[in-house]
Formats: sequence, C-alpha cells, structure tokens
Amino acid sequence: MSAEAVIQGGVHTDERHDSAHKHVTGQAEYIDDMMEPVGTLHAYLGLAELAHGEITKLDLADVAQAPGVVGVLSAKDIPGHNDVSPTGRHDDPVFAHTHVEFHGQPVFAVIAETRDAARRAATLAKVEYAKQHHVTDVAEAMQVDYPHVTEPLKLERGDVGTAMAGAPHRIKATQRVGGQDHFYLEGHIAFAFPGEDDEVTVYSSTQHPSEVQHLVAHVLAIRSNDVTVNVRRMGGAFGGKESQPALFAAVAALAAKRFGRAVKLRPDRDDDMIATGKRHDFLNTYEVGFDEEGRILAVDGIYAARCGFSADLSGPVTDRALFHADNAYFYPHVRLRSRPMKTNTVSNTAFRGFGGPQGLVTAERMIEEIAYHLGKDPLEIRKANFYADEGRDVTPYHQTVQDNILHQLVSELEESAEYASRRQAILEHNAANPVIKKGLALTPVKFGISFTATWFNQAGALVHIYNDGSIHLNHGGTEMGQGLFTKVAQVVADCFQVDLDKIKITGTTTGKVPNTSATAASSGTDLNGMAAANAADQIKARLIDFAAEKYSIPEDQVVFEPNTVRIGNERKSFEEFIKEAYMARVHLSAAGFYKTPEIHWDREAGKGRPFYYFAYGAAVSEVSVDTLTGEYHVDRVDILHDVGRSLNPALDKGQIEGGFVQGMGWLTTEELWWDAEGRLRTHAPSTYKIPLASDRPPIFNVNLAEWSKNREATIRRSKAVGEPPLMLAVSVLEALSMAVASVADYKICPRLDAPATPECVLMAVERLRGGA
Amino acid sequence: MSTPRTEIRFLLNDRDVRLSAVGASDTLLDHLRLAQRLTGTKEGCAEGDCGACTVLVGRRTGDQLVYGSVNACIRLLASVDGCHVVTVEHLVGSDGALHPVQQALVEHHGSQCGFCTPGIVMSLYALWMSTLAPSVEDVEVALQGNLCRCTGYQPIIDAALAVTEHGSPANDVLVTQRGAVLERLKSLQDGARVEVSREGDMAILPSNVSDLAAVLTEYPGATIVAGATDVGLWITKFMRTISPAVFIGHLEELQQITITDHAVTIGSGVTYTQFEQVLASEFAHMDEFWSRIGGWQIRNMGTIGGNIANGSPIGDTPPALIALGATLTLTSRAGRRVLPLEDYFIAYGEQDLQPGEFVETVTIPRPAPGCLNAVYKISKRRDEDISAVCGAFSLTISDGIVEAARIAYGGMAATPKRASQVEAALVGKPWTEETVQRAMAAFAKDFTPLSDWRASAEYRALSARNLLRRFYLDHQGQPVRLVRTSAA
Repeated sequence: MSAEAVIQGGVHTDERHDSAHKHVTGQAEYIDDMMEPVGTLHAYLGLAELAHGEITKLDLADVAQAPGVVGVLSAKDIPGHNDVSPTGRHDDPVFAHTHVEFHGQPVFAVIAETRDAARRAATLAKVEYAKQHHVTDVAEAMQVDYPHVTEPLKLERGDVGTAMAGAPHRIKATQRVGGQDHFYLEGHIAFAFPGEDDEVTVYSSTQHPSEVQHLVAHVLAIRSNDVTVNVRRMGGAFGGKESQPALFAAVAALAAKRFGRAVKLRPDRDDDMIATGKRHDFLNTYEVGFDEEGRILAVDGIYAARCGFSADLSGPVTDRALFHADNAYFYPHVRLRSRPMKTNTVSNTAFRGFGGPQGLVTAERMIEEIAYHLGKDPLEIRKANFYADEGRDVTPYHQTVQDNILHQLVSELEESAEYASRRQAILEHNAANPVIKKGLALTPVKFGISFTATWFNQAGALVHIYNDGSIHLNHGGTEMGQGLFTKVAQVVADCFQVDLDKIKITGTTTGKVPNTSATAASSGTDLNGMAAANAADQIKARLIDFAAEKYSIPEDQVVFEPNTVRIGNERKSFEEFIKEAYMARVHLSAAGFYKTPEIHWDREAGKGRPFYYFAYGAAVSEVSVDTLTGEYHVDRVDILHDVGRSLNPALDKGQIEGGFVQGMGWLTTEELWWDAEGRLRTHAPSTYKIPLASDRPPIFNVNLAEWSKNREATIRRSKAVGEPPLMLAVSVLEALSMAVASVADYKICPRLDAPATPECVLMAVERLRGGA
Repeated sequence: MSTPRTEIRFLLNDRDVRLSAVGASDTLLDHLRLAQRLTGTKEGCAEGDCGACTVLVGRRTGDQLVYGSVNACIRLLASVDGCHVVTVEHLVGSDGALHPVQQALVEHHGSQCGFCTPGIVMSLYALWMSTLAPSVEDVEVALQGNLCRCTGYQPIIDAALAVTEHGSPANDVLVTQRGAVLERLKSLQDGARVEVSREGDMAILPSNVSDLAAVLTEYPGATIVAGATDVGLWITKFMRTISPAVFIGHLEELQQITITDHAVTIGSGVTYTQFEQVLASEFAHMDEFWSRIGGWQIRNMGTIGGNIANGSPIGDTPPALIALGATLTLTSRAGRRVLPLEDYFIAYGEQDLQPGEFVETVTIPRPAPGCLNAVYKISKRRDEDISAVCGAFSLTISDGIVEAARIAYGGMAATPKRASQVEAALVGKPWTEETVQRAMAAFAKDFTPLSDWRASAEYRALSARNLLRRFYLDHQGQPVRLVRTSAA
C-alpha cells in the first residue's frame, strides 16, 4: 500500500448524497411508497370551517355511514391526553373538542377502506358553531390585548434610555416580515401498524422521531416503550416536520390500535398547508440611535410574532429572533423584547432559521435607515458597526463574540464581487433610466449554533461492526435531504479508515437510539457526527487493546490505515482484523454519545453563552426593478460562506445555494394571505409561489471561505450549515430596496416590507415618488 | 354507429394495459401508484403545479410519435387511450445503468431530499429528447413546471447542460424501440368510440367530431374534457363528479392549424405547445408571454379551446386573443355559429354556450403590417403563475394618429374584458405621451377590480394603467423591459 492511499469517501471530500442513485431512479422509498399490508385503512382529517368559536354540535352520522367508512374518531375517542404540545403546555389538541381556534383546525378523523373514500366522507360532517370574534393579524392582536401564547423574553445591556436620548440621530419605525410555508415536496404522512399488547409502530415523516414517540404515547395513554417511530428519509422538512408530525402520527396510531389494522394518514397538499404551522410572521418596532458616522449608539426593539392559537415552538422561536436582532452588529446599549402573540391562525412553528431571520432582517433594516438618513452606502454603515475587538464584542445576551471573521470575509467578497465598481455603474444606470432601476446590496450573516434549550444539545449513535467487517451505522439524526447520513457516514469511515461503501446507513428509529433531539437548529452533523465518532472510538479502543495485548506491542503501534490495520510491522485487511477480534470475543458494537460543552443559558437573567460558536457568511445581490409594475429580476448573486473545515464541500454548497433561494422566496414571492373570515387563501402551489428554476440568480457565484476552521473542537472543525445561508437572501430584499430608493434620489429609506412582492415594490415606488 | 369499445388500451413502459373499469375521474397518477405500484412517480400537490408526478405521454399522429411531459396527477386515466405512458422506472437500462439524464443529476449533486427528483428527471428527459444542446433558458423553460425546495436549482441546471457527457440517445429506450412502439400503438387504435365506466362514473371518447356532436346531443350536460388542466382540479381538489365526461384530447380534427391570407384558424383541441409552431411567424409579440402560461407540462396538456370555454376571468389567452379580434366557431348537431370572442363571456361563470354546443375552432386574424401588438402578464412569480393582471394591446397608427385600438384585460373584471373607454380615449388622437396620460385616466371607467390573494384592487388598477404606459414607451424605443441576465 502506498503512503498516499486514502479511503474513498472520507471527510473533507465531495462525496455524493448516499441516496442520489435511488432519487434519480425513483427507487428511494418514502412512506407513501411503502408496501401496504392487506387490510390497510386510510384516515383523513375533518377540518374546522370557522376561525374562532364554540362547537355547538358535531354530527358525524353521515360521515360514519358513507361508503367504505370503517369508523370516525373525535376528541372523546382519545384514551390519553388530547394534546400534542411539544413543550408540555397542553394547549395543542389533536382534535378541537369544545372550541375551535383557527380555520382549518382538525375536529375529527374518518377511517375508511381507501383514502378517496375517507376524504369524501370527511366532507359530510355536520358541525355547528357559535361564532366568536377572530383575530388573525398580529397588530390587531396587540391592539385588542390578545394574550401571549408563551412568556416573552427581554434582553438588555447598558442604559438604552440615556444613550437613545443622547444620540445625535434617532429613527423609529416598524417593519412587517411575512411568514413562510415550508412547502416540503413530500407532505405530512404517518403510517401506523398495531402490535402486540399496547405496542404500535409508526412510520412518520418527521425530523423528531423521539418527540413523535413520546406524544403518541401521551395521546394513547401508553408508555414510550410501547411506541417505535421510524423514518428512513423525508421529502424535505425545513422545520415543518419537527413538532407538526405528531398529530398525524397520533391519529394514525390511535386508529391502528382501535381498528387493529394498519392505518395511513396523508393529507392533501391544501389541507397540509392549511392545518400545519409555518414560519412566524413578525411585526417589529425598532428605534435606533446613531452618530454622524453611522455608528449605532442604542437600539430598542419589540419583536411581535403571529404565533397562532397555541405555543408550539413559539417560545424558542421568538427567543431566537431576539438572539439575532443584532445580526453582526455591536449595540452599545440595547433593549430587545419579544411579544409572542396569540392569533386565530394555525400555530406557527419551526422553519429554517427558527425566528433568527425575522430578527436579523430588522438589524439590516436599521442599517438601511442609517445609511439613507446620512446619505451613505449601507455597506459603509455595516462595516462601522461589525462586532470587533474588546469593548465592542458583547452581544445583547452577554455572550462574547470570540470567533468573528466577518471583517476578512466581507472584504474578500467585496473584492471578488467587485462591489464598489458595480455600485457605481448601477448609480449611473439609474440616473439614465427612468423605468428600469437597479439595486445592489451586500449583507452579512452571523448565526448562533446550538439549541438555546441547552438540554437538546445531546445526541446518540449506535455502531455495529459485523464479523465480516461490514459496518452498521445508526444515529438519532434524520435525513431530510441535507445529506446528514452521508456526512456522518464519512466521519465513521474516517474513524475506521474504511471506504464509505463498507458502511451501511440505516433509517432513524427510536428503538436503536433513544431520547434524541430534533434534527434541527443546523445541529444534525455537529451532534450526531460527534456521537457516531464517539461510538466508533469506543470500538476502536477495544480493538487496539485487543491487538496490543495479543501481539504484545504498544497501543500506538496499532494503527488504522486505509482499509487496513497495521499492527507493529504487520498489516491486515480490516475484514481479517475484525474476524480475528470477533473470534477473540471483542465487543464490536457501541452506543456513542455527545453533549455540546461550554454552553449555558439563564433565560430569566437574559445572560449566558447559549451558542457554542457562530457561523458566518455574506452575499452580494444585484436586481433590476420595473418601476411601472414592480416586477423584478435577480440578476446576480455572489456568496462567500463559512462552514469551517467542510466535511463535504459539495453538500455544503448545496445547502448554501438551496438555503439562499429558499430565503429569497421568503422575502419576495411567498405570501401568506388570509381573508376576512380568517381563512388562509394561499394554500397550494397554484396560489403560494415558491421560487422556480427561472427565479434563481442567473449568475450565482457561491464559494466557501476555505481558510475558515472552527475554533471550537467540533466534528473535524466543521461548522453547521443548514440555516445560516437562508439569511444571505436579505441582500436581495435590500437590493430591491435600493432600486426603489433610486426614484427619490436615495434620500428616503424605502422601508420595503417582506415579502417584497411586485405589488409591495410598486407601492413603495409610488410612496417614494409621492415623497413619503 | 358501430358498437363502442368498452375498455381503454395503452402502453405503459413496455407493457400493454387494457382496462374496462375506468371512471371518468380516475387519474393517471393514482393508477400508476396504487394499481401498478409504480411509486417512482410522486404526488406533490395534486393540481399540476409542482411536477413531482411528471411522466411522458406519447401519442401517435400518422407515422409520428410525439412525446410530451404531463402532470399525471391531473391527467385523467381515460385520456391515455391509445398512448404510450412512460414513467421514471422505464429509464434505467436493462443492465441497470443509469440514463444519461439520471447520471448527470447524480454527478452534479442535483438531488437533496429526492422527492421532486423523478419528476425533474422526466422533464429533463423530455428536454433531452427535443434537444441535445439546450441553452440555460431552454432548461429553465423545461423546468417551469417542476418545483424543487432543496437545491435552489443550480446543480439541476448544471446537470441538464451536461447530459451529453454521460451518454448518447443511441441507447435510449424510446429511440431504439420507437418503430416497435409505433406499431404497437397502431394496433391499439380501432377508430371506435370508447365508453368506459366504474361505479357509474362514465367516460366517453368519441370517435370523431361528428360523433362528439352526437354524444353531446345524447348527453347535453356532459363535461367536456380536453387537457384536464382545470377539470383535473375539480376532481382532485373539489371532489366533484364530472360524469358523464366526454374526452376530446384525442380528436385530431380538433388539433388542426390552418393559415390563410388573413387569419390563423386553430381547432379547439390545439394545445399551447402545438400553437407554438405558429407563434414566431404569426404572433411574435406573444412569444415571451406564451412561455409564461403554466409550466411545460401544462402547455403540453392544456388547450386554447379549453382556456376559453371554461370562462375563467383570469385565463391567459382570452385577453390576448380578444385584442387580436379572434372569433369562435361554436358547433352542435344543429350547426355552427360564429361570434366575437369577447361576446362569449357574458358574466362570471356564464358563457354564450348552448347545451349540446362545443367550441370547434378559434379564428385569429393575422396582425396587419404596421399594427402594434403586445401582451403583458403580471404575476407574483414570473413563470408558472396565474395573472394578477394581463393586458393585451393591438393598435393601428397611421400618420401618428391612433386609427384603431383593441385593448383587453384579464384579472380586472368578472370576465376577460375590453377596455372600451380607454380605446375611445385613444382612437383618433395623436399617439403621444399626452394622449396616453389621458387614456390612462379612463381605466377607472372601464374596470373596478377586486382584491384577492393575487393582488389588491389598488395594485391591479395602477399596474393596468401603467401597462399602457409601458406599451407606449416600448414603442418609443425606451428601455422598459426587464431583461434576464444570462450566465457569463
């Protein structure tokens, strides 16, 4: 074996997604593709047709008598708790019982021989309501004193009152930030199989199998050890399958136990979009005080969120909005408050960025305000306010920013994207063109990595080596397309120094690794990669002990080399060595575990180190706007992003590009629209418009900051990549804003809200032309 | 009339399928996934907007065999009678080798969650069949009907541009077996009327246009189904019964395009895609607009006749055709009548169509030389979206004076409608900024638009007015069009 030999598919290589071959052939199995046992039944949900009111009559007789129907289930049929709240607040009923709190809330389920029969039967319910006033908008919710769904958070540092009063310039305004539907291509689905005694097995399209397991037990009044939840892969999730799958799983499991048959529940796309939570929309009120140079002196902000009818994950989501209300900027004096408002809408939930984007976008708005007020390039204002050395390195939550790389990253991007010359060219273009206006913006991202609920920062893995040398890998993370399974397998391949194809990647199941956290908060690889490495290292340690003892050599003479093990001067193939170890009765299986070190958070005090580290990035976007109609194109985007030492640059780049385009959709064409009755009317791809191929930037230069290395001891010094790139798309919003600002000679901050649909852009143009 | 055939026959990948228990509302997708267990084809939205269910349907026309991508979720099963249905499972070679399209996607990291991927494979397969050297724009057009939520599309585009590096058509199954497939399809066709049903849900495929008239006399309340791009949603979303349904998508007589000195006459069954053959030569002003109607799959399925006949106020083609002065020929057993297209639309949900009648042809006058024409569509998303506002203009200007004007809008009223006050403000006036400003003020007299999830009334009114201004400035040679940058 030559000295240069390396394994195939180790860390820091462009390994392709483990299921790529199966994706393109259609052989990758999603839950709806599974073979159905004979007698499989199908459940369908009946949804409320009122936004708020008492249920005065629930008559399901016609439903029960419809062709093919086997039975109906409503709140009274639940043996355990009628609740799937992910935070134990008991405010998230499976079925509305006496009270309906949003249009589209599940009221009952019908179980039938076919999905079509169940779906048709569900329309036959006779439900009567006593209507009550409903509130769908967050501003109205505050006005009428609707309650908070969970405790607000306050972050405070310094003396805001004095600093604001003494600031040479002060601006106070509001920003509306729209929500977003996940639009995972595979909708929600659960497929439950009844077992012996109280046992039930559920295949659930979920990012959080452990929570689904616990909530199914909670609803069915059984124990967690009676429930097994499995998921091999999801057809996209983006946060929408963290807390939301529990309801579907619980109904399928309940029906499976009740009727003794396998039961599948898959809502139609429209019902999926109506009945499941989305990204929170926010109404942010900010006041910023600053000096002549554009340096921020004080910030006072209120971040109000449309949470929907229950808490769900609104607490940590609104917390994270505050944690990112600074983005990359030092606020010498700051007070940030969240207002998690109840509304009569579906309960909003996790979505890539988890509130962070909605906080961050207002930080960038304040930068714009300052820039337009002072007549400067917003980039200049950004640079003047970046976190810096001691004295300018503490966040509003009192964590010191130790790993800031934005100065270098932004200056490299500024140069490679030719920011200055392009900005000049655009200013000239705009002066010469009355109708088509252009805009350019560079915005940074600094994103905190770790669950802010410290206990979630743990993970488990299970690694077996069979006596033929093949390796079985399992961990608590779930695969939703992000390539987690591939990356963790690369880590294990690296640990044992075997080719990647020796490792069998297996589906997530609560039966192998218990008490897992959601695959969320960008943490999948950080946590599960470390847990898997820990399992592999345990087995390696036993193997080294065994070889050192058997061959009477020091432990450091047992070395795992590519597909071989060197014992002193002798080399054996990995398979041969494993067989030998097995014959000597070495334990070839290990459960690995990891918990993130050093993090702590005191929510009451608003102080701590909630984040292990930060991930950084920046983007430059150029747009063209038609000021007659508000239509626009994104012309070019340049991104430089920090993933530390990438485990898999190809997959990381995929996350960056995909995250950016998804973020662009959030800020441009994806609009959630409720009518006067409180009905969401954009609940299908015909009415809710996510980006298409032709919306992606035609020039799209995406690079990794290859020099970056995580200063913390993360898995192979990599950094998390799932969420941070989404916020790079704020550069598109600000570029649109610049194009709009051009109609008033850049003297007025356009205050372009999101989503900046063509309508929103045209109305801003009109406003600025009118001088406001 | 000879005895109707009571089964549908088609070719599915390499197998003959014959089915007699077929309901009018059965979808191709459910048949593939539930009955045939071909689960590579996915359901993403069940309304033809996401493309996860994309398959190819090949139809024989004479000795031609033309494949097009379609949305299996709203393509009705009965309509594939006589066709070759090709799913993703058919692409892998007998030796297990990936198809070049598939291999390219793998090499370029073109899949993440993988759920949209089979549909994207099929759309790119259709593109590869039409051109081996697509431009970036060709790829974007081919993917207008495919949503991907993970990748941001860049790796998919890169893969599509590189397909030829991974193999040639010489080994492709639809190339090597084309002759055999043609023969097999030929043997399935007998020219008979087809009548199939399942539990009383009846589908009729008339043998020809005169048989269609006969069927409609027999069943005056029947639902006419052409491309099913709208009717499909009545089934999948509203669970409406369409029985008895009369399918016309297979009638070649309704797919003729005739060009005379003065007009282009198209059969009502001409799809958007089929119409493209006369776009560049006859209606070049609609070129860009046309590619913004639906996605590629929808344009392969949907028909201009259907777009008109269903009477939607937001259909894309009526404003464009009204501005051009198109007329409809309505046919029944009693005979034919011709009426201007704008007169067909009476009110919301009400059209001038008698029981037993169907739209047989649409006649579109060829624009006179010197006539200024434009169609503008405004939507939240550029491609595959429904118009918030659609404005179509046809002006004749002579010696600087507006001699004639036909202006029609969609999305501004309960029907597609002419802007007659605006037209009046233009005709006889000099074609100047001042005239345009005055005409813009007349929009308020023509239209009182509504607010909905696509746009507010204010935006509709404002952008509708501004479209006239855009039309004017464009004619003056001012840069008013967004130009999509192309990759360096």
